[in-house]
Amino acid sequence: MRAYAIVVYLFLYVPIGIIVLFSFNAGRHASSFQGFSVKWYGKLLSNPFAMDALTTSLIVASTTAVLASLFGTMAALGLQGVHGRWRALYDAVIYIAIMVPGIVIGIATLIALVTVFNFANPVILALWPQAFGAAPKLNLGVGSLIAAHTLFTMALVIVIVRSRLAGMDRALIEASADLYAPPVRTFWQITMPQIFPAVLAGFLLSFTFSFDDFIIAFFVAGAETTLPVYVFSSIRRGVTPEINAIGTLVLTTSLVLLIVAQFLLHGRGTRRPRGASND
Amino acid sequence: MQSYSTRLFLLAPATVWFAAMLVLPLIVVFVFSFGERAAAGGYVPALTLAQYANLPARFTAFKNTMTLAPLGTLAALIVAYPLAYFLAVRASPKWRTILLVMVIVPFWTSILIRTYAWIFILGGRGIPNLLDMIGIEGVRLINTPLAVLVGIIYGYLPLMVFPIYVSLEKLDKRLLEASADLGARPWRSFLQVTLPLSLPGMATGCMLVFILLMGEFLIPAMLGGGKVFFVGNALVDLFLQSRNWAYGSAVATTLVVVMLVTVTLYMRLMSRGANQRDDVGIF
Repeated sequence: MRAYAIVVYLFLYVPIGIIVLFSFNAGRHASSFQGFSVKWYGKLLSNPFAMDALTTSLIVASTTAVLASLFGTMAALGLQGVHGRWRALYDAVIYIAIMVPGIVIGIATLIALVTVFNFANPVILALWPQAFGAAPKLNLGVGSLIAAHTLFTMALVIVIVRSRLAGMDRALIEASADLYAPPVRTFWQITMPQIFPAVLAGFLLSFTFSFDDFIIAFFVAGAETTLPVYVFSSIRRGVTPEINAIGTLVLTTSLVLLIVAQFLLHGRGTRRPRGASND
Repeated sequence: MQSYSTRLFLLAPATVWFAAMLVLPLIVVFVFSFGERAAAGGYVPALTLAQYANLPARFTAFKNTMTLAPLGTLAALIVAYPLAYFLAVRASPKWRTILLVMVIVPFWTSILIRTYAWIFILGGRGIPNLLDMIGIEGVRLINTPLAVLVGIIYGYLPLMVFPIYVSLEKLDKRLLEASADLGARPWRSFLQVTLPLSLPGMATGCMLVFILLMGEFLIPAMLGGGKVFFVGNALVDLFLQSRNWAYGSAVATTLVVVMLVTVTLYMRLMSRGANQRDDVGIF
């Protein structure tokens, strides 16, 4: 039984280990390890295409994380007071946002936005005052990426924060109200400290998701390139040690963020949210 | 208690977002699926079922998806169950949490990079090269259905382990003691007590994996090398290469309908089977 578990863990982690190991390979070939070197990382840092893609990915991921955790937390708080038919409808939409595969989200966003832009651009052109110079043209790019990523991650934040709210001690809020604290003060002094770990975990998960997403970006990035899209097209041109270096950096980034998120959600000394417990 | 206006303010951004970025786009896909292709690519409004009638043109993609997705789900279940059992029943409590986290974490890291690792391993310089050295020559692994299957198991294992673990962990240990007291051998206890009681977890895991597999693009694209392609690969081709939006929308709509039917069947099955519900948090 234990031997089997060890084999499965090897199956899960050896491929990751190979990428990390070969990113430090002095040689070019994948067949043998020819000594330790960080030259592929140097190559990567001086590759303008990879650096552009990285910058785009960082901008998209951090904006997505901010928007998703802000709006998602607001919605989770607002949903506390919604019951009955509206609540069922809202829950269904959240479920759909999480369950519909990324590829369908990508396609749907692509054709909806392009259609809207095709209508809107002539209108903007007609209405734009000459004095302001050339009229702006709506196009796929960083904006559409952020909008599409925020959709899925916001649904995720709602689910995470809501499970924390459900596990929260109601008595404290009632006590605060009994002591004549205004609702805003109760929120900042009682509710917020209790849900904050969940909000932060939601923020980190949103960042990770957006940073790692390939399929949605593949459809809605327009002329922009994110890091995963860059990696995918590099792989099509052939496997190089540089991809291993990117892979190692990407995996390290998400591993660190995930471990922090995991600690925030289930760590010592914090209340375990009901329904989200994994222990 | 929140006032009505507070609630409105709190829910407004999320509601607008869901409406504009989810509900509207899905409606657009549905409407476009009844349209026609513009000569230069794109969409011309129409009301025709021609796109749906033409679905058999992509029969291979549907066939591959509907064979490899269930097969991959089954394979992931077979690999995942013993591990979930080990984690829930055998592992020491001290190690359990960390071991569980170690299963879940890969799922949240880049599937692209993790699948890329298998190009490395299954490609000419990987396992076939090692087999070559011990005298087994001419083995081809990459760009075969087997490679896609390995990629699927690797990518989706965490999602399968977790729900099974949850259902096994909740299992009342006294039932097993009772079974043993009544003279059942361990194997019989497992088959008659543990296995049936972990069915809800298995069903949840299978459904999650199956649903995601139906929309899979990356694994067949990277490990199938254009020979083993799924509906997802057909969709990328239709929208990004041939720009046939109407037909692509019909394919996408069909995919979503098949998924919705699967989920509905699953919900029915679960509510009939027992009142047990697994609230599965993936993280």
